[in-house]
Formats: sequence, C-alpha cells, structure tokens
Amino acid sequence: MKTEKFQSPRVLEALLTGPGLIWLLVFFLLPTFNVLLISFRPSTLTGGIGEGWTLETFTQLRNPNYPLIVFRTLWVSAWITALCLLFSIPVAYCLARAPARWKTRLLLLIMVPFLTNFIIRVFAWKVILHPEGWVASAFIAVGWMEAGTQLLYNVHAVVLVSVYTYLPFSLLPVYAAAEKFDFTLLEAAMDLGCKRLEAFLKVFVPGISRGVWTATLLVLIPNLGAYVIPDIIGGHRSMMLGNIIARRLFSDRNLPHAAALSSLLTLLVLVPMVVVIFVRRRREAST
Amino acid sequence: MKRSRFPLWVTAGVMLFFYLPVVVLVVNSFNQSRSSGPWTGFTLDWYVRLMGRRDIWMAFRNTLIVATGASAASMVLGTLAAFALHRYRSRLQDVHYTMIFTPLVVPEILLGVSLLLLFVALGVERNLWVLFIGHTTFCISYVAMVVLARLQDFDFSVVEAARDLGAGPWITVRRVLLPLLAPGILAGGLLAFTLSIDDYVISFFLSGPGTTTLPIQINAMIRRDAPALINALSSLMLCVTFLLVWLSQKLNKESRT
Repeated sequence: MKTEKFQSPRVLEALLTGPGLIWLLVFFLLPTFNVLLISFRPSTLTGGIGEGWTLETFTQLRNPNYPLIVFRTLWVSAWITALCLLFSIPVAYCLARAPARWKTRLLLLIMVPFLTNFIIRVFAWKVILHPEGWVASAFIAVGWMEAGTQLLYNVHAVVLVSVYTYLPFSLLPVYAAAEKFDFTLLEAAMDLGCKRLEAFLKVFVPGISRGVWTATLLVLIPNLGAYVIPDIIGGHRSMMLGNIIARRLFSDRNLPHAAALSSLLTLLVLVPMVVVIFVRRRREAST
Repeated sequence: MKRSRFPLWVTAGVMLFFYLPVVVLVVNSFNQSRSSGPWTGFTLDWYVRLMGRRDIWMAFRNTLIVATGASAASMVLGTLAAFALHRYRSRLQDVHYTMIFTPLVVPEILLGVSLLLLFVALGVERNLWVLFIGHTTFCISYVAMVVLARLQDFDFSVVEAARDLGAGPWITVRRVLLPLLAPGILAGGLLAFTLSIDDYVISFFLSGPGTTTLPIQINAMIRRDAPALINALSSLMLCVTFLLVWLSQKLNKESRT
C-alpha cells in the first residue's frame, strides 16, 4: 500500500489528518474558547473589548428579559421538534411501504424544494403570510380572522416556517430507520389482537426509535440557535436567543455580552451533542 | 389486510406544503403586482429591472468568488480528512472525527459569532478572505462526510492491483485512486459550492461593507425593495440551484456504477 514510502504509517496519518484538523482547531475550536474568554472581559464604551477580567457580564445575565427569551427559545424549539416528528413518522411509514421505484422519486421530490436558498424560502413564506396576501384575504373572507390582525410577526408564524424548514431534517433519519423496519411485525401484532393505531404506536414507533432520536437532535439543535426565521417572520415580540446575540453584537456593540450569551447557547447545545457522538463512535467501534 | 390511508394523506399534504412557497414565488415573479398580492397580469419587467441593478451584480460576484474558493479549499481538506478517517483507527482519529462532525450540528450562529469575535480580537478587517475562511470551515465537514461515504463503498483491491503491477505510491494515488474517486470528490465540492451560495447566517456575521453576498443582499432587499423584484431574483437562483443539483446527481450516479 501507499504507506511503504514513509518510514512509519504514523507520518502518513499525520500528513492526511493535519491540514483539516489544524484548520478546524484554528477556525472552529479556538474561536469557541475565545468567545468564552471574551465573556469574562469588560466592555468598553466604544464597543470594543476592555482589559482585565470581570464577572460583571454574568451578573447582568440575570436581567429580567433573558430568562423569558431563554425559556421561549427552549419552548419554541421543543414545539418545532415535536411537530416535525409528528409529520415525519406517518410520511416515513408511507415512503418505506411505497413500491421501490416510487421511493427514490418521492425522496427526490422531498429534497428538491430544500435545495433552494434558505433565505428565499423564508421570504416566500413572508409573501404568503403577508397581510395583503391571498391566505390572509381568504381567512378574512371565511371569517377565521378579523381584518387588521396579522398572520406574521408572532411565535406561531415562526413555528410554522421553522417546521417547513426543518421537516426534511427529521424526515430523512426517520425514513432511514423505517426502511429497515420489518413490517411483518405490524401484521403479527394485529393478528394477536392489536388495533391498527395501537400497532402503529406500540410496534412501529418504538421500532424506529433510533431514527427518531437522530431526528430530534437534528431539528432541536439548529432551532436553539435560530436567528433568521424569528428575525424575518417573528418580529421583536418573538425574539429568540440568536436574535438577542445579534442585537448585542451589532446594535448595542456589547461584545462581552454577546459572547456570554453565545457561551450559554453553546452549553445548551453541546451537552446533548457530545453524548450522542461518543455513544455513536463506541457503537461503530464495537460492530 | 386493508392498510390505513391516513399516512398517504399526510404524505400528500406534506408534499403540498413543501411546494407551495416555491410555486407562489415563481408565479409571482411574472406578476405585475408590486407587492405580490393578487394576480394583475403577466410581465417580464422584474427580470429586466434586475439586470440593471449594480449592487446585485456585485453581490453575485462576491458570492461566486467565495463559493469557488471555499469549495476548492474544502474539497482538498475534506478529502484528506476522509482518507485519514477511513484508514486509521486511533485516538487521534477519534478527536479528528469529533472535530469534523461537530460543525455539522452546531448552530451556524455560534460559528458566525465565534469567528467574528476572533477576527475582532485579532483586529482583522472584514474582507472576502474572512468570508472565505468562514465558509471553508463549515464546508470541510460536508465534503469529508460525502467522500467518506464513497470510500466505504470503494473497492481497494484495484489499488493493490496497481501496486502489484509495479506502480509507485504516488502514481497509484494519481492515476488510480484519484480518478476513480473523482466523481465522489466533485460531488462533495458541488455540495460545498451549493452550501456556500446558500449560506446566510455565517455570511451575515462575517460580511462587511463591500463584501455582501447574494443571500445578504436579498435580506436587505426584503426590507427595501418590491417583493416582486426579489421573486425574480429568487427564481433565477432556483434555476442555478437545480442545475447544480442535477449535476451532482449525475456525478453521484457515475461514481456508484
């Protein structure tokens, strides 16, 4: 093999691993620690980072607005994740039972709208939900909505557009698990007297639990750091952690504050993630 | 046994939900109405106006430069990383895998904020290099994952055959390994290119005056310009994305057969 040229395979391993790893250490890991450090720095009046060390930023985090925003971030993300799963499981079931030639077509059909630009998709929803748009007009005509009320700029709109954006992220892993599910188990359960829905919930759903967990992570984590959708669709009444970080960075120019909030978000995200990575790596190593 | 129709209905509903915004967008790009409200007549006017906008062309140029640079760099770095991850099982590779995998799941905003604060701390101005670094950082992981998947299906006996026939290690890599893996590597590069063009969040934090990319430009236009103009721009970008996707699908098929 190609290792022969080198004295030891360790040299080749280092040569192959080095460039990418060093890049990520410098531009991913180092900046993350830098953020943590900056959150212990004082802020200057000119919007820079001051000298010395302080715990002031963290005491300011008790500001009455923050717990509300953190709570909203967690709550909205949890809702989005739950709804994504609720839709993904029946669709994955349908796809997994579809004839083989339909499977690839349907999968492609699911992927295509999501290869379009993210910001464009969010904008498209803004047009759809616009007060003069046809959805609002139709709702007013039918009497579901009073004239003058808004479909945009509230938490519900944020949840709707986020579900739209993240549905494929939950659909694909759930489908991958459903593909491997042995559907004769469902028939067996029903032969043994299970009702159809009962069999679906007690046999199918636990059978694809691995996919469901992956889906949960893939939807929950990015939504904890949501910025664009609450910004464009949600307005200031639906601000999430991501929006407050951007505001501290650009509007208030309080960098240590932004850094402290980012560290908080990192913590929120990192704990479940590291656990999953290690479990997976172990599982791969053991098989 | 009769199966429940319920999952089928949910699937049909979800598909409708998926395509609704895209269809509304493209249809409205030909609508005379400025606010993309009710249909008032067919026009190509929005496309014509688009061509005359210098700021859009500048953003387009920046997007292309950054996407080309970032996809090229991440293709090299990601492919090397994939080889290492595929061939070795060691403590170093555990760390390596974690470092490659983490950017895929970390919210983009954290990547953007941390890089911005790094560049602020270093006193670096926000130019196209900064954007290039930001985009490359998240693209490496995607390329590595795509190439890694190809390597797992790859038949390494051809490499051994080449060595048995007297090819040196360098010749083997250049004449056998790389040509056979090229479609996979290119597919990874194309994915990186698409992701770079698509990226909003990281660009938002890292772009400065004069280094606006298209998604940033679109967001600025959402606040300022007629929605119909953005519809036209979006429809054009849709065409480009579909073309890229079609290309990468083709490459994928070739590398599989």
